[in-house]
Amino acid sequence: MQIFSCPFCGPRPEPEFHFGGDLGNDRPGPDCTAEAWAEYLHFRNNPRGTAEEIWLHVPCGELFAMRRDTVTMAADPGRALGGQP
Amino acid sequence: MTRHYSAFSLLKEGLASQKGWMKAWESPEPKPRYDMVIVGGGGHGLATAYYLAKRHGITDVAVVEKGWLGGGNTGRNTTVVRSNYFFPESVRLYDMALKLYEGLSRELNYNIMLSQRGMISLAHTPAEMEMAARVVNAMQINGTDAELFGPEDVKRVLPIYNFGPKARYPALGGVWQGRSGTARHDAVAWGYARAASRLGVHILQRCEVTEFLVEGGRCRGVVTSRGTIRAEKVGLAVAGHSSQMAAKAGFRLPITSYALQACVSEPVKPILDTVVLSPGAGTYASQSDKGEMVVGGGLDRIPSYGQRGNLPVLETVLSGLVEMFPAFRQLNLMRQWAGIVDVVPDSSPILGESPLPGLYLNCGWGTGGFKAIPAGGVLLAHLMATGQHHDISRPFDLDRFMTGRLIDEAAGSGIAH
Amino acid sequence: MTARRLPQGGEIDRSRPLSFTFDGRPVQGFHGDTLASALLASGERILGRSFKYRRPRGLWGAGTEEPNVYADVTDGSRFRPNLRVTLEPARDGLALRSANTSPSARADRTGFLDLFARFLPSAFYYKTFFRPNWHFYEPAIRRMAGLGRINTAAHPAPDGDQLNHHCDAVVVGAGPVGIVAALALARAGESVVLADDGSRIGGSLLFRAARIDGQAGADWLAGAEAELARLGVTVLPRTTAFGVYDHGVIALNQRRDDGPDRLWRVRPRRIVLAAGAIERPLPFDANDLPGVMSAQAALSYLRRQAVLPGQRIVIATNNSSTDEVAAAMAAAGAGVTVIDARKGQQVARALGRREVTGVVLEDGTRIGCDCVLVSGGFAATIHLHAQAKGRLHWDDRRLSFVPEAPLPGLVTVGAAAGHFSLAEAFAALPAALGLAGAPVAETAPYDVTPVWPRPEQKGRVWIDLQHDVTAKDVELAARENMVSVEHLKRYTTLGMATDQGKTSNLAGLALMGQLTGRSIPEVGTTTYRPPFAPVPYTSLAGLRGGPRMNPVRRLACDGRHRAEGACFGDYGGWLRPAHYGTDESAILAEAKMARASVGLFDASPLGKIEVIGPDAATFLDFIHYNTVSTLKPGHCRYGFILAESGVVYDDGVLVRLDDHRFVVSCSSAHVAGVHGLLEEWRQDRFPAARIAIHDATAETATLTVSGPKARETLAAAGINADLSDAAFPHMTVRWHGHGEGALRLTRVSFTGDRSYEVSVRQDLAPALWDRLVAAARDQGGGPIGIEALMILRAEKGFIVIGKDTDGMTRPMDLGVSGPLAAKKVDFLGRRSLHTQEAQRADRNQLVGLVPADGLGPLPVGAHGIDLSAATPRSIGYVTSSHPGAAVGHPIALGLIERGATRHGQEITLHHLGKRRRATICPPCFLDPKGERLHA
Repeated sequence: MQIFSCPFCGPRPEPEFHFGGDLGNDRPGPDCTAEAWAEYLHFRNNPRGTAEEIWLHVPCGELFAMRRDTVTMAADPGRALGGQP
Repeated sequence: MTRHYSAFSLLKEGLASQKGWMKAWESPEPKPRYDMVIVGGGGHGLATAYYLAKRHGITDVAVVEKGWLGGGNTGRNTTVVRSNYFFPESVRLYDMALKLYEGLSRELNYNIMLSQRGMISLAHTPAEMEMAARVVNAMQINGTDAELFGPEDVKRVLPIYNFGPKARYPALGGVWQGRSGTARHDAVAWGYARAASRLGVHILQRCEVTEFLVEGGRCRGVVTSRGTIRAEKVGLAVAGHSSQMAAKAGFRLPITSYALQACVSEPVKPILDTVVLSPGAGTYASQSDKGEMVVGGGLDRIPSYGQRGNLPVLETVLSGLVEMFPAFRQLNLMRQWAGIVDVVPDSSPILGESPLPGLYLNCGWGTGGFKAIPAGGVLLAHLMATGQHHDISRPFDLDRFMTGRLIDEAAGSGIAH
Repeated sequence: MTARRLPQGGEIDRSRPLSFTFDGRPVQGFHGDTLASALLASGERILGRSFKYRRPRGLWGAGTEEPNVYADVTDGSRFRPNLRVTLEPARDGLALRSANTSPSARADRTGFLDLFARFLPSAFYYKTFFRPNWHFYEPAIRRMAGLGRINTAAHPAPDGDQLNHHCDAVVVGAGPVGIVAALALARAGESVVLADDGSRIGGSLLFRAARIDGQAGADWLAGAEAELARLGVTVLPRTTAFGVYDHGVIALNQRRDDGPDRLWRVRPRRIVLAAGAIERPLPFDANDLPGVMSAQAALSYLRRQAVLPGQRIVIATNNSSTDEVAAAMAAAGAGVTVIDARKGQQVARALGRREVTGVVLEDGTRIGCDCVLVSGGFAATIHLHAQAKGRLHWDDRRLSFVPEAPLPGLVTVGAAAGHFSLAEAFAALPAALGLAGAPVAETAPYDVTPVWPRPEQKGRVWIDLQHDVTAKDVELAARENMVSVEHLKRYTTLGMATDQGKTSNLAGLALMGQLTGRSIPEVGTTTYRPPFAPVPYTSLAGLRGGPRMNPVRRLACDGRHRAEGACFGDYGGWLRPAHYGTDESAILAEAKMARASVGLFDASPLGKIEVIGPDAATFLDFIHYNTVSTLKPGHCRYGFILAESGVVYDDGVLVRLDDHRFVVSCSSAHVAGVHGLLEEWRQDRFPAARIAIHDATAETATLTVSGPKARETLAAAGINADLSDAAFPHMTVRWHGHGEGALRLTRVSFTGDRSYEVSVRQDLAPALWDRLVAAARDQGGGPIGIEALMILRAEKGFIVIGKDTDGMTRPMDLGVSGPLAAKKVDFLGRRSLHTQEAQRADRNQLVGLVPADGLGPLPVGAHGIDLSAATPRSIGYVTSSHPGAAVGHPIALGLIERGATRHGQEITLHHLGKRRRATICPPCFLDPKGERLHA
């Protein structure tokens, strides 16, 4: 049972979290090329080692950023995402 | 020296204190150059090398494996073989593999212990039964064997299933494929390795690829921990490590790597004679010929290269199993492990030339690579030998993500993959 | 009968005798015996048969490492297969059946297999069974394999218990070193869990003489136990720490006499691994004969249960641990001969056919005996350290792998760290744990000389007892180039039995090293994985079963539906009335009733997600396929939410309550998904101050009143609203007070008839139901279940997401392409609608289907087939099918290739090997103009 740290709720067990994809996978506009759209929609970094990821803490519904190591499974505390106040 | 395997050879060597058996495969020193290099010494990579030699006469081939052959997902899966898929493209692919499995022991002269004991994918609600009918019909139209089972049929093949009134997952029926079953996973890897080695293929273990040789915009070989190896073409069959290798070649893949857990119980006398899957309970199981219950379920949905999972998924899977089979409450967990599976958004594999010319992909099998090994091998070999897709592999090219023509098995069958 | 019970001594209580049966024969014992010690005392030597060759086998050990003796145990109505007799306390009335023997261990019929052993080496099964094929041989092989037998007639084993625990430290192993560690940590104020798999704590102190700080071991132990209790240490005997997992979780399985096993998931700040070491055998020909035992185990049986294993004992050893064993056996009256490899003496062969009768040494000397106690050295129990990915170091002096260095949060001490002498183990403690000091023990230093299986060693030298792997099998593996330690394991199956190689792994890899010119560390070990010892499935399954597994949700009006005699079904995780009454014919009757007068339907699981704020309209324009911002307050609009792939993710009616308040209604199976989707995009693109999202689904019940008499029903139920079409047009929303709470009326129709959804706070729903159902009955109507609703909506061609759409259906496939052309702003999935795939002309499209063969409703899941090609090809499938209610014939919906351009065409369907014929038509069978909405 891993523990991840939601920036709003603190340390919580892994079943409360949902993986949300790569951090920084910005959505292109509707006029982008097929390749750009496919990259956004389907292609992933999937790093072996340090990963910068988006996670969802399901009980509070907040998305946040977390750096993890996909080999050792070590996880930094989650960081609130930017976003306008 | 005994090269050929048979009951007679066992008799002969039994009298000769086993002294005459030959090596299953050679361990040659790497050459600086081969016609073709396959990265990845698992089932798919070894099968590719075998078929390159056997079907295309290309024997100057090296399989390069960073660990010991068959030590990745091929040695970690739950050994199920089946072709109960929805789309015609998928049925053609997996049925090709199943048909090859049916003749494989004799072809490789290695008993892979193919046990076509059938598989039932259970439906627990009327809605699931409707989906099951849709899948059965698809399979029948696409030319593979399938039956829609009702409750009496389930009782017949799974007498120990929980048919009680309080069962959380009553068995209304489901999709039955009689030709499905299990095969001994190590034997598949070793059988292909031995046959390929006999045809002249070099299997280079403890040989890790650190870089691709790229010249003039083409892949010209690999740099490894045992030296640089040049080749006309390079095939990549490294499953969960595909993205890592792709990064070395300068491109990304639509793959996320996850841990897929599996476990075995202590062995008991035969009690489960078929393969059973319950999407509702999130568990599937079969009983090995040694008597162990071989059990698996869903992914640990946390991207991982760790080859291990954690308790929440294991507990979910085993609680689903004992809910389906109350008699299994008498069993003990003996060992648990995990592989790294390369999951693709449409749960269908990726076969084809990569964005780096000269580098060919065989990946994206996700949780279902073992059943496809012979087909993966034939198709990647065809691709590398001829430079063209085989009819069966064309739909699975990476370009389907550009066109949007995904082969979304979960979407079609209604069963989460 | 050579083993015997001594008249005095041990932990057993001779005033409390007991008896159980083994293979049908009675065995006497005492309280304080394990099943193993009682069996040993009974003199019965042959207690099991080996897995492959069915060789007679006796007890080897006294603990979890036991490879030979397993039994299926019946205890009243409870049954457990594959029990290790060494760990189970003896109890009166148990019936034991040796595993995998027929008819008994003593008289097994398949013992003849051993005669053919030369033809059945490791992996022989890969080299034969080609003709006709494996299927021909498999049934017989399967029956021979397996250990115990599941008893399907026994009462189901009770649920395991589970517990989460936080503490400062978990100490694994309560031998002297573990106890000292626990005391030190507890004295420093830490909360400590001390676990040991023995029935009592004490470890080696229970059977090995020791002096600790001048005290006799037993006295010291008694004092320590008292202090552990005083300090509040949680002491868990009969508990195996079996796994270490990511983020510092350690899992333990606690066996209990008064209940099922209990799984402890513990999150300590540190783990102290004091799990001791496991004795391994020596390699000699026939070293598997009954009567050949672990020397430490024999000492344990002697001192703890007063069982002397033989009268004329040979002790074969390579280390100093057996000095005490020899002295103890001699003091108990046995004749003892020590064969010490450190003095150049080794046993070459054990003599005897079914039990040991003597040994032959390397120099040819023969010695008669009735028991051989063996010590080949010790392997530190480092499993948990290795599971945690700790590295191992080969200690060439002590001949064991030991932890290379402590891990953060996991330190290994005592014999588990390779300190096989207690004095040395205590001396190393302060540095390991940061203590000021430690007790002082007076023990001799540990001294060992290597004795490994040799290449070309004569005879059958057993390495893995449980899987019948000999040194020759390891040689065979090397000969076939299976030289990596993992190939060795999988090829020979060494280490893959239920004991997971605890007494065999090292010998195997040592021999492989010699065969391939590698040192032991160069060969390395296989991966250590949980569980350290087998764990019951019930411990891991816990209470998660039956209704507690993925619990189905119940409606607020559940009791009312039951009172009405509802027949329930699981729909999308909700328990909902399929129909009322026991007869399925009610379904069509309910549908007809709703068309004729009024039907009352509980639509509470329908999603109601509120989106509130100044940017709500802009936000929903981005989310929805349809344009939202033009929707006027008080109005409703049906539309889709797409996934980014362009696939229709959900459909529903969007309700605009006012400029800044919307209610997104979504299908009941997708509420969590839609809520998640809304939240994700809100957080990604909009400031928090401008939009709030609230999922009001669970707190709001919705009852739908549908039919020509809907208005009369509402009025009669006391809903005092202006229900005229002028005041309350179709696709609008109104609020009203109603008793204690507000009530929202949304005029939308899923049936095609005049229809109103009445939403109230869920606790007020039953009272509202009562009023509505009475009013409906007065109008000649009544409650309808979900199956009737399905017929009504199908007659109108209203889709159910996930049933009439699959994971590839895009809006244009449903006949809706207007919004894509007209909408100006970007929205979810927009770009995907322009892909090659989305624009394909031959896509599957929603159609209506009517049987053309007069054979009744079409089967759901039947595929249309194109017979023009050489091989038949699927052109889509039937997704919904019902008898007509208002429509006078069976109706169906489906997704058919180019369906929209094929209205009027007849197609062939394939269903389970049979054919049907159907005509394609528009997906609406009733009232295409929608006049019934205002009836």
